[in-house]
Amino acid sequence: MKAGTSLEKVLESGKFAVTAEVGPPRGTAASVIQRKGELLRPYCDALNVTDNQTAIVRMSSVSGCVLLKQLGVDPVMQMVCRDRNRIAIQSDILGAVALGIGNILCLSGDYQSFGDHPTAKGVFDLDSIQLIQLLSQMRDEKKFLSGENISGEVPLFIGAAENPYADPFEYRVLRLAKKVKAGADFIQTQAIFDVGKFAKWMEMVTERGLDKEVHILAGIIPIRAVGMARYMRDKVPGVSVPDGIVTRMEDAKEAREEGLKISLEIIEQIMDIPGVHGIHIMAVNWEDIVPAIVEKAGLLPRPLI
Amino acid sequence: MIVAERKPLEEIKEMIAGYKRILIVGCGTCVTICWAGGEKEVGILSSQLRLAFGKDGNELLTSEVTIERQCEREMVEELRDKVQEVEAILSLGCGAGVQTIAEVFEETPVYPALNTKFVGMPEREGVWVETCRACGDCLLGETGGICPVVRCAKGLLNGPCGGTKRGKCEVDPEKDCAWTLIYRRLEKQGRLDLMRKYYPPRNFQAVTRPGKVEALQA
Repeated sequence: MKAGTSLEKVLESGKFAVTAEVGPPRGTAASVIQRKGELLRPYCDALNVTDNQTAIVRMSSVSGCVLLKQLGVDPVMQMVCRDRNRIAIQSDILGAVALGIGNILCLSGDYQSFGDHPTAKGVFDLDSIQLIQLLSQMRDEKKFLSGENISGEVPLFIGAAENPYADPFEYRVLRLAKKVKAGADFIQTQAIFDVGKFAKWMEMVTERGLDKEVHILAGIIPIRAVGMARYMRDKVPGVSVPDGIVTRMEDAKEAREEGLKISLEIIEQIMDIPGVHGIHIMAVNWEDIVPAIVEKAGLLPRPLI
Repeated sequence: MIVAERKPLEEIKEMIAGYKRILIVGCGTCVTICWAGGEKEVGILSSQLRLAFGKDGNELLTSEVTIERQCEREMVEELRDKVQEVEAILSLGCGAGVQTIAEVFEETPVYPALNTKFVGMPEREGVWVETCRACGDCLLGETGGICPVVRCAKGLLNGPCGGTKRGKCEVDPEKDCAWTLIYRRLEKQGRLDLMRKYYPPRNFQAVTRPGKVEALQA
C-alpha cells in the first residue's frame, strides 16, 4: 500500500470503485461540505474536493478534505498548478499529509480567464505531469524537488486526469503513459459521453498494458437540463458531448429523468469495457442525484474497507 | 522583434495634460515595423493631440522626430537640442526606448505613448503574434521550432492539456494549440519520440530578473 486510503484499498482489491465530486462553497460554511459528505458517504469510496474549479474562488480543497475526513469520508484533494508555485505546492502537500489526506489529484487547472478573477496571474510553475513526478519523488525518495530530505513519511496515492477526447487523439494514450511513468496511481477521466471513442481509447490503453499499471476511473457527468448539455457541448473546455445526447435532452419530457437515464446507460456500457476500474461522478451542483445513480447502476453496497 | 501597441488617445492626452511644449519621439526599428511608433505614427499622434488640445481650448506645441533606435544612448543623445526646447517628451518607443530617453535626459519627464506587448513576429499583414517569452532557456530544438513556453497559454512543457479541441486552445479558440502544432511538426520530422520525453520543471533562474547579459568577448 502506498497511502492505505479507502480508495487505494478498493482499487487494489480489484473492486469497481465509485468516487464523486464535492464542490466547496463560495463562502465559509462548513455545513455545505458536511451535508454533501453525509449524503454521499454511503455511496462512494472516496470524494474529490475540487480546487477552485473553473478558476472561481471557493473554500480551499484542503479544508474541504479535512471536513470530509472528520465525517469518516476518504477525501481526494484536487490540486491545480494554476495557483501555486513549487514552494507552495510542496508545503501544501506536507500539510495535507499531516492532516491525514492521502489521495491527491494532480491537475494543470482551468485557465484563470474563465473564472471570477480573469486578471489574475496564472502561476503554472509546474505542469500536471511535473506535479505527479514531484509527488512520487516526495513519497518514494522522501526528497523535495530541490533534492533535500523530507523528514517523516509522505504516504500518497497519486491521481491524475486524462481526457480521451482532446487532440491529437493518437497522442492521448502516450500522454497517459507519460503520467503513469511519472507516478500516477489512478486516473479520473474527463466526462464520458461518446462511449465508442472512449472504448477505442481504452483499447489503446489496454494494448499497451497501461490498465495494469494505473487504475482508470471513467468520468460521469449527469446532465440536469438541456441548456447544460448545450453549454457543455459548446463552451466547456475538454468536454465532448455528441449531438445525439443534446437531442435526447431536447426531446425529453422530464429532463432530469432523461439525464439520469443517459448516465446509467453510459455506466452500463463503461462497465463492460476491459480495463476500467471504476467511475468518478461529477454531479456539478446536482450532488443529490449521485445516490440514485450508484444505486440504479447496481453498485451498492460499497465494499467495506 | 518587439511588438507594441499605441495607448488610447484619451490616456495619452491625460498624461500630458498641462504641458504646452512637448517633443514626440518615434523609433525607427521594431515599433516602426509593427506600425506602432514609427515616423508615420508620430505624425498621426502629433496632429491628433494638437486637435484634441485645441478642442479643449488649450494650445499644444509639438515637435516631432524619429530616431533609428531609442534603446541606444548615443542615438538618443542626438535629441539634446530639441529636448532643451520642451517641457516633456512623449516616446513612441518600446519600454526600453522610454527608459533610455529617461536616463539620458534625467531632468525632463518622459511619457510612454505605447504599451509594449511582447517579442513576436508578423502572422499576416497588420497582425503580430508573440513567439518568444525571453525565458533564457531555449528548448526550440526539441519542440520543432515552436515555443510551448509562450505559445501554450499555460506554458506547459509536457504536451497538450486536456482542453485542446480541434487543434485550438481552450483559452482562446482563435489561437492554435501550441502542443498540437508541435506534435504535427515533430510527426513530419519523424521525431515523435520527443513527445514521450519528460521535461523537468523550468529553471526560472535562467534569467535572473532584471536580466543582464555580458557578451562573451567583452
